[in-house]
Amino acid sequence: MVEAVALADIAPPVAAGAALDIEQVSHAFDIDGAELPVLSEVNIAVEPGEFVALLGPSGCGKSTLLRLVAGLDKPRFGTLREDERRIRNPHPSRVVVFQDPTLFPWRTVWDNVALGLEAQGILKSQRHRVDDALDLVGLTSFRNAYPHQLSGGMAQRVALARALVNDPKILILDEPLGKLDSLTRITMQAEIVALWQRKGFTTLLVTHDAEEALVLANRVIVFSDRPARVKADIRVDRPYPRHRGDPYLADLRRQILGLLGLDATW
Amino acid sequence: MSTYSLSDGLASGAPRLSRTPLLASWLRESGVGVLASIAWIAFGLSCLWWQDVGDWSRTHSLGIAAFVIAAVALFGTVGADYLGSAGRALHKRAPWLVALGAFLTLWELATAKFAWLPLPFFPPPQAIIEVYTDDLPKLLDSVLASVKLQLGGYLIGATVGFLTGVSIGWSRAVGYWVHPVLRFIGPLPATAWLPIAFFTFPSSWSASTFLIALATGFPVTVLTWSGVASVSNAYYDVARTLGAKPSFLVLKVAIPAALPHVFVGLFMGLGSSFAVLVVAEMIGVKAGLGWYLQWAQGWAAYANMYAALIVMSLLCSGAITLLFTIRDRLLVWQKGTVKW
Repeated sequence: MVEAVALADIAPPVAAGAALDIEQVSHAFDIDGAELPVLSEVNIAVEPGEFVALLGPSGCGKSTLLRLVAGLDKPRFGTLREDERRIRNPHPSRVVVFQDPTLFPWRTVWDNVALGLEAQGILKSQRHRVDDALDLVGLTSFRNAYPHQLSGGMAQRVALARALVNDPKILILDEPLGKLDSLTRITMQAEIVALWQRKGFTTLLVTHDAEEALVLANRVIVFSDRPARVKADIRVDRPYPRHRGDPYLADLRRQILGLLGLDATW
Repeated sequence: MSTYSLSDGLASGAPRLSRTPLLASWLRESGVGVLASIAWIAFGLSCLWWQDVGDWSRTHSLGIAAFVIAAVALFGTVGADYLGSAGRALHKRAPWLVALGAFLTLWELATAKFAWLPLPFFPPPQAIIEVYTDDLPKLLDSVLASVKLQLGGYLIGATVGFLTGVSIGWSRAVGYWVHPVLRFIGPLPATAWLPIAFFTFPSSWSASTFLIALATGFPVTVLTWSGVASVSNAYYDVARTLGAKPSFLVLKVAIPAALPHVFVGLFMGLGSSFAVLVVAEMIGVKAGLGWYLQWAQGWAAYANMYAALIVMSLLCSGAITLLFTIRDRLLVWQKGTVKW
């Protein structure tokens, strides 16, 4: 409850995030005729404006869950709801930032960021939103550059701006920092927290880095091996900006690594 | 060893040596330009020194023109510093000027002066110049006819091929019906249709347009199709989560992503359509450069044939240059494209 109050303080009332309900969701892939279960009866209720990290062993099905939330795939069983409305298709209120920036190489940085508004047919009247989004990630001077001229970190910032320009209610981050060098990574973690605090959207972050999850999220959900089921749901009740050496976080990290079967390495 | 001792002796020798490096560096810088000038003077002399073995009216003018080129090359080289980009362009092309001058001299001597090559079949340069000056109207008419035929057929073929390729790549239903037809008809050389096309179409012009379109359409279709099919799913995912409708996915994702492939298809189509154009003009259409070649052969007018061949090669090369220029404009975002 204390946390809800704290969130209400930071989140601006206009662009507040949406609630997300994942109920009894199971999913499987067909691989050469054999059924490969990837998600098993997953139940998660996310409050508006929460920052939830999904943590689990690599290949456990976290990214599949994100695709279901985005509406890119439909679950075999169970339902997903955004603010009580069932998720059936992709919608710009739920935007994904993927592990690869997947910028369109034939478009300049500006045109890449404008993609969402253009697809929705509102670019003409809303051009300033593209400029604002570029400004937000500090890449205004690169507006006319092509993606092949950008570094990995810059490209991922453009991908972030391309998502944020739509004012999403739910921001879905699929290991967006996974391929960046550690310095860029630390910088961008701070940037993501700042953006989230400023805009108030609900955030779902898939990661396999326990430290990243603890520094960013106010809730960490730990998944089991495939088929993924929720193993633990941990509140991270610490103010921002968080310190990496915080003994409270270190303790949580030990617990989480234990849940993932890695306590021997600690 | 002897060269060593020689240069050593020179080096240890005179104080006036300080000038030699200047001359040497000037020669290194401008020697090729001077050589080009000499080659063209040689060409001019080879035109004017001896009597022609045959009757050609442009020998004298050609010789004068060669001297003019030699003079331009010389002044351009000496005054390169004052000529800016024109001087640099001349400097870059000087080796080619040398080669061209030498080749023309040799050609002049081997044909017009000493007839080392059998004569009617190997006309001298002045005979070809004569064609350009005296038979210009007919040659221009032929160029115009060829360009019109080629442009019409190519544009139709490229458009139809592009649209077909996008539809096959995008829609499974279209692919089901069109793919077998494409596999059956596509690999057939378009020229094999010539006999049928010429009596089924109302005019030889429309038949040739159809054949050129066919030759262009096949590679464009296949490469557009493969371009659309190879677009990464991640691009579609991104666009869909941003609210893109299917029309947006085709027009703003699939087609731009496929464009590099499309241009390979357009390039290949251009090559094969040239072949069809010439054959069609030789066999059925009574106009164009192919027809001109055929006509010149009938009259044993070999100079006209060479003249037409040179024009044809300039046109084909120009068409490809144009295509590559358009490609470079549209695909500036690509790295490392081939410069034509």
